[in-house]
Amino acid sequence: MAKRIDVSGLNAYYGSFLAIEDISMTVEPRSVTAFIGPSGCGKSTFLRTLNRMHEVTPGGRVEGKVLLDDENLYGSGIDPVAVRREVGMVFQRPNPFPTMSVYDNVAAGLRLNGKYKKSELDDIVEKSLKGANLWNEVKDRLNKPGSGLSGGQQQRLCIARAIAVEPNVLLMDEPCSALDPISTLAIEDLIGELKERFTIVIVTHNMQQAARVSDRTAFFNLAAVGQPGKLIEIDDTERIFSNPSVQATEDYISGRFG
Amino acid sequence: MTHATLSPQRSSLRGATLPKWFAWAVAAGSVVAGLGISAAAGLHSDIQWALIAALLFVFGSYGISAKVEGRRQARDRTATSLVWVAFILAVIPLASLVWETLKRGVKVLDGYFLTHSMGVVADTEPGGGIYHAILGTLQQVGLATLISVPVGVLTAIYLVEYGRGRLAKAVTFFVDVMTGIPSIVAGLFILSLWILILDMGYSGFAGAMALSILMIPVVVRSTEEMLKLVPNELREASLALGVPKWRTILKVVLPTSIGGITTGIMLAIARITGETAPVLLLVWGTNFINSNPFSDPQASLPMYIYLQYANSGGYGAAYDRAWAAALTLIAFIMILNLVARGIARWKAPKTGR
Repeated sequence: MAKRIDVSGLNAYYGSFLAIEDISMTVEPRSVTAFIGPSGCGKSTFLRTLNRMHEVTPGGRVEGKVLLDDENLYGSGIDPVAVRREVGMVFQRPNPFPTMSVYDNVAAGLRLNGKYKKSELDDIVEKSLKGANLWNEVKDRLNKPGSGLSGGQQQRLCIARAIAVEPNVLLMDEPCSALDPISTLAIEDLIGELKERFTIVIVTHNMQQAARVSDRTAFFNLAAVGQPGKLIEIDDTERIFSNPSVQATEDYISGRFG
Repeated sequence: MTHATLSPQRSSLRGATLPKWFAWAVAAGSVVAGLGISAAAGLHSDIQWALIAALLFVFGSYGISAKVEGRRQARDRTATSLVWVAFILAVIPLASLVWETLKRGVKVLDGYFLTHSMGVVADTEPGGGIYHAILGTLQQVGLATLISVPVGVLTAIYLVEYGRGRLAKAVTFFVDVMTGIPSIVAGLFILSLWILILDMGYSGFAGAMALSILMIPVVVRSTEEMLKLVPNELREASLALGVPKWRTILKVVLPTSIGGITTGIMLAIARITGETAPVLLLVWGTNFINSNPFSDPQASLPMYIYLQYANSGGYGAAYDRAWAAALTLIAFIMILNLVARGIARWKAPKTGR
C-alpha cells in the first residue's frame, strides 16, 4: 500500500514567481513526515506538488522530479487524475460536499470514479469511517448532510473520504488548524493509526504537534519576502527538536526567529 | 453596592429618548396636517397632500427629535424617515399597478376565457378568450428556454471553470453587449436573417429564436455568478480525490449551485415572457388556435394585449379582454417567481443536523 516519495531538484512557480527552489528529499513509507516553517515559505505549495494539485492554481507550474516508488509523477504521459487517486489530500478547512450526506461524502471518491455495488460501497464506507474514528458518532445519521457535523467531525469525515479511495500516500495541509484541542487530539491519534497503512505527510504550524505525531521533520525557510522558499534540513524528529544541525532550525524551534 | 444607588438620569450612557410610538404619531400627524393644509388651500391632487405630508414627516421628526434627543439622534431619525419615504414611493406605483390590473382584469377572467380562442369573435364583440395566446406564449417561451438554457449554462461553465485569456474576455464582453440589446433589435435581426434572407415564414419558432437572443445573456450572467459562489475548496477536494475535472463540475459544482442557477433561469423566463416587440415582428399574431410553433403565425399574451387594445376601436369588450390577459400574464410570471424561490429553497445546500 504505502509508497516511498523521492523528490529531486524541484522548483515550483506561480506564473513567473519562483515559490520554492531546488527541493530534494525522501519521504519514507509507513511513516509520518512533518513540514514546519514560517508562513509563506512554501510548505503548502510543496505539499501540493506531491499530488499535482499545484497546477490546478492558475499559473502554477513545476520543474524537477517527484518519484513515487520509481515512477516520476511529472513524467510524460502521466495522468494527474490518476496521480491524485494514489496520493490523497486533506485540506486546512474541513470541506465536505454540502449537497451530499455523510454516506455520500465518504463514497464520493469511489462513486465519481466508477461503478460500485451497493453492498461493496456500504463496506467501504463503514471501513473508512471506522478508520477515521468517526463511525460510532455518525452511524445513526449516515443520511444526514455532512455539513451538519461539528468542525472536528467534518475534518475526520474528510479524512474518511480521502482514505476511502485507498491512496498510497496521504497529504495533510494543516489539518488541525481550524479545530479545538480535543478534535486536534482525535486527529493526531488517528494519524498515529493511519501511518500503519499509509505514507503520511503533514504540514503544521504547531511545533508541538510536529514533535508529537511525526517520525521525521523537514524545516523550510525563505531568505526574505519575495525570495523562493527552501528546504533547510530534514532529519529524524527527535534530532530536529533536540540537536538540529542548522542554526536557523534551532532559532525557529526555540522561538528566537525573526 | 455603591453603583446601585446611581440614578439612571445621571449616567452618561443614558439620554432622553422619545417613546417608540413617536414615529407613528408624527406620521399620522403629518398626514392629517397635509390633508388639512391642502383642503384649506383648495388643492385637489392626491400627490400634493402626500408630498406635504412627507415633507412634514421628515422635517417634523427631525425638529422634535433635535429638541428632545439631541442632534445625532435627530439625524438618525431623518435618515430612517427618508428610507421609509423612498420605500413608500417605490411601492405605491407597484401596488397601484397590481390593484388596477386586478380590478379591471377579473371582469372577464374565468374558465371560459382561459379555454377559448378569439376565432369566431370579432374584436368589437364581448366573449372570446386567450387560449390561443396562452398556448403560443407557452410554446414560444418553452422553445426559447430549450435553446437558451444549454447554451447559457455551458457558456457560463466555460467562463468560470475553463476560460482563460482572450477568448474568455471576448465572450464576457459580448455577453455584456448582448445584455443591452433592445428587444426590437433582436426581433429585427431574426426578421432579416430568418424571414427575409432564408425566406422562412412567420412562426412561433422565429419568435422563440429572438427571445433566446434576449434570454441567453441573462442566463449566462446569473449562472456565472452562481458558479463563482461555489467555494474553490470543494473543487479542490474533489480533484484531490482523483475525480476528473468534468465530473467535478457535473457532480460537485453544479449540484451545489443548482438552486441559484434554476432561480436565474426562472427569472430569465419571466423576463422574456413579457416581451412584445420581437413577437410582434416574427410571430405575427392570429385569432385562431395554432398548436404548431414551427409554421404559420401564432398568438402570444403580450401581443394579444397590444392587439386587443389597438383594434378595440373604443369598444369596452376588447379593453376588458386586454386587462384580463394582462392579469393572466402577471399571474403567470408571479407563479414562475414563486416556483423559482421554492426550487432555490428546496435545492439549497442543507446545514441542518
